[in-house]
This record gives sequence, structure tokens and C-alpha cells, in this order.
Amino acid sequence: MERPGGHRRPTAEPPWVRRLLIGVALVFLAIFLWVPLAAVFAQAFAKGAKAYFDSFNDPVTFAAVKLTLIAAGIAVPLNLVFGVAAAWAISKFNFPGKSLLITLIDLPFSVSPVIAGLIYVLLFGAQGLLGPWLIDHDIRIIFAVPGIVLATTFVTFPFVARELIPLMQAQGRSEEEAALSLGASGWQTFWRVTVPNIKWGLLYGIILCNARAMGEFGAVSVVSGHIRGETNTIPLHIEILYSENVVAAFAVATLLTLLALVTLCLKTWVEWRAAAESQTAEAE
Amino acid sequence: MAQRKTSPLPGFRLTLGYTLLYLSLIVLLPLAATFLKTATLTWDQFWTTVTAPRVLASYRLTFGTSLLAAMVNLVFGLLVAWVLVRYNFFGKKIVDALVDLPFALPTAVAGIALTAIYAPNGWLGKPLAALGIKAAFTPLGIFIALTFIGLPFVVRTVQPVLEDLDAEVEEAAASLGATRFQTFRYVIIPMLLPSLLTGFSLSFARALGEYGSVVFIAGNQPMKTEITALLIITKLDQYNYAEATAIAVVMLVFSFVMLLTVNLLQWWGSRFQQPH
Repeated sequence: MERPGGHRRPTAEPPWVRRLLIGVALVFLAIFLWVPLAAVFAQAFAKGAKAYFDSFNDPVTFAAVKLTLIAAGIAVPLNLVFGVAAAWAISKFNFPGKSLLITLIDLPFSVSPVIAGLIYVLLFGAQGLLGPWLIDHDIRIIFAVPGIVLATTFVTFPFVARELIPLMQAQGRSEEEAALSLGASGWQTFWRVTVPNIKWGLLYGIILCNARAMGEFGAVSVVSGHIRGETNTIPLHIEILYSENVVAAFAVATLLTLLALVTLCLKTWVEWRAAAESQTAEAE
Repeated sequence: MAQRKTSPLPGFRLTLGYTLLYLSLIVLLPLAATFLKTATLTWDQFWTTVTAPRVLASYRLTFGTSLLAAMVNLVFGLLVAWVLVRYNFFGKKIVDALVDLPFALPTAVAGIALTAIYAPNGWLGKPLAALGIKAAFTPLGIFIALTFIGLPFVVRTVQPVLEDLDAEVEEAAASLGATRFQTFRYVIIPMLLPSLLTGFSLSFARALGEYGSVVFIAGNQPMKTEITALLIITKLDQYNYAEATAIAVVMLVFSFVMLLTVNLLQWWGSRFQQPH
């Protein structure tokens, strides 16, 4: 924005205003973002490195990590397949009610996580609509792993779809039509034309979906039943540890914090790659 | 469905069919079941439940702190977006990437971290306590958690619009004799308004339903520091499904109103953008 030589353009602010605005913005971000981030690590190492690493030597923690991996490992692929299917239908075809469908896909984002858990309790819980039938057939969904997977799937439902829909709408369908007219089959067209075109958006959606799936607290808390070593995901395990052993709670929390930082790095990298590729595409 | 013939691509029935089936099974039918469950209450019972003093206090607290947090995020979100788009400074790329931290950091981790900071012996809680201000376990703590959670929304909705803003408009204003502040107030702000309001609404809507980051720092005392989401969980823990559902329905209705508002704002905003 600034030209060398000290002459200020009429559309730039005086240097003192600029410095003041940068300063205030950074102080705000420091208080609300960076200090909490630093606090996680400071608290985890408050009693030294040994106490930190000892915190992980607990079978219950391992069980929580395992359950989190299971829940994310099911929810993310489910929502990935859904996201691709929804984006294909919405971006490549015209049909009535399309904007309503897009709004409905975004719906889980506007529902409180607590309510996301509640709706499954009302459906599958002992007093729920399907409760008596499930009890008769000895199927446990609520206070068991299937409920946790369902709640995780609900809260991460829109992530992949909402990344892909605008991207694929902007790309249109001329490249796929060209591939088909040259004799490619539908699947060939999808794998060799569509997927390379959307790969960054796809990766971006998966990364965000996974971060939320592994970190979800409210929805999972309602359906979990908090059975130690059985139905506690990492965030729920942190809640229990927090009331018993603060250092251990923060030590386990550093796992999820590192996951969040890796997520942000990947996200920045994907954005950078996508921007670089679209620039080379324009140059050609 | 006649329009389908305009596209020679395959897979329309398969993908749309799967989309509708999956959407219905995971989202629509379970949500509908919630409304069905409230139907087991009479209107009078429903009304008594959702207007009980403890429930009303939770609405006041949830709405008040959410609104305040969204307003702070409106002002500071615009400032952060402005600084990131218009100025250069050391470490800007990292600062920019970290803005999304509240999206990536699990809410429970944010909750315990904020509680540790604002507890009476915490990094920021101690100096605040010396000033006679209690942050953790008061509505102020809830406000802090909700500000954290909603921070990226305004930044990320305003940032792209600010990047695309036509420099010529500002140059025209300056050449007509407008001061920098007048240009900002009367030229830039009106162009940013739809995205500002969208970000504000998203931030507010997210805060209304937030649970994980708030529950640790709130103190959770009925009538004082009990948010509506927590009240639903409390009722569930007491196996009081009907009342939990009634309160949830009130919250859902507000969520849908917010969703509608955001959609209208985005539609309004898209009318401002020139076709490229």
C-alpha cells in the first residue's frame, strides 16, 4: 500500500493511524487467541515434562483416543461421499428446489451441538420413539458407540458439501461434457476430470471435517453416557480429567491442540497450492 | 425434472437420490422427531415449561452475552480484516492463519484454557481480580468464551469483500476532497455492510447454541450463570425429556430464524457484487 519515498497516497492512512490499528488488532488477537493457545501448553507442562508424559500412561486415555479415531474414521468418509454426491447433483444439473436443498445441507451448522445430541436421544434412547423396539432387539445406540458416531456425523455433516458446491458450480460442466463426448465413461470422467479439478477443495473439506469430528464435545456429551474407557472420546475424557488432575487434562488437551495447529497448517498450505495452481492456469 | 435433459452428464438420479436419503436419515427425520416429542405436551404445559423463571433467566443470559460477544466481534473483526488486507507487518501470514484457531480448536480445550487464564489466580484473572473484576464463573467469563468462539466469522466474511473492493472508488472519493475517514465512513462501510451483518449474524447464531467452551468458565449457577444449552443437558440428566425437548424447540426456532436472516443477508450482499 505504501510507496517508497514517504509520499502518502490519498487512499492510504497516515503512518501513525496504521501503526495504531495494527497494534490494537494484535492486542485483541493476543488476548483472545494467542494467550489461550499458550495457556494449554503452559498448564500441561506446569509440573514438568515427566508429569506431562506420565499423563498419557493411562489405558483410559488410550481408549478415548481409540474411540475418537473410530468416530472420526466413520463420520468423515460418510460425509465425504455425501458431500461429493450432493455437489455433483447440485452443480451439474438443474432441478427445482435447489436453493432449499443447499440451505437444508447447511442446517446442522445452525443447530446447537446439545440439540444435535438430543435429537438422537429422542429417537433411539430408552424413552425415545424407537427405544422399545431397540431394547427388544438388544441394540444399543445411545450411551454406546453408534450414538457417538451418529452425533459426530450430524455436526460434521455440511463440511465437505459446502466446500465443494460453490467450487463445482463455478467450474460448470463443460470439461465433463467434453470428456464424455470424447468417449469417456461416467466414472472415468469423474475420476480423471472432476476429481483433479476439485482436489484442493476436497482436501480442505476433509481437513476441517476431521478437526471438528475429533474435537466435538456438546453433541457427543449428550449421547455418550460418560462410561470411562468405553464411551468417552478425547474431549469427554478431558472434561473428566479436568475435575481430577488438571495437568493430565491439559496434557491430553495438547494432543487436540496440536491437531488443531496441524489442521491450520494444512489449511494454509492447501489455500496456497490452490492459489498457485489457479495462477498458472490463468497464465496459460 | 424436464430440465435434466439439458445436461448429458450421468448420475443425476443416483447422486440426488443419495443426497436426499442421507440428508433425511441423518438430519431431517431426527429433527422432525424432536418436534413430534413436544407434541406429547399440551400447549399449556409447553408454555409453562419454556417460560419458567429459571428458563427465562437462561434466555436472558444466553442472548445478552451472545449479542455482546457478536458486537465485539463485529468491531474487532472488521479491524482485524482491515489490518490483514490493507497493511503489511512482520508475521502477517501466521497471524492470518491463526484467526481460524477457534474453528479448529475443540471447544472443550478452549473452555479449560480460558478458565485457567481467567480464574482468580490465572494469567489475566489475577490482574483483573486486583481491579476488583471477577471474570471466571460470572457472565463476563461466558462473554469471553463466546467472543473467542465467534471471532473468525466477521473476519472471514469481510476479508474477501475487502480484498475485491475497487480501488478506483476510494480514489474518486479522495479526488473529490473526502478525508480518509469520510471515505471510510461513507464509501467503504456501506459496501462492506452486507458482509459485516452476515458475519455478525453467524457469530451471534454460533454463540446462542455454544456449549463446550462456556460450560467450564460459566460456573453454571441456576438463575445466574446457567446458559440455555446447559439447562437442556440438566433436564436430560434428570430424565426430564419432555421439558428438555420443549426448551430445545424454542432454541431451534431461534436458530432457524437466524439461518433465514443469514440467507437473506447473503442474497442482499450478492446483489452488491458486480458480475466479473
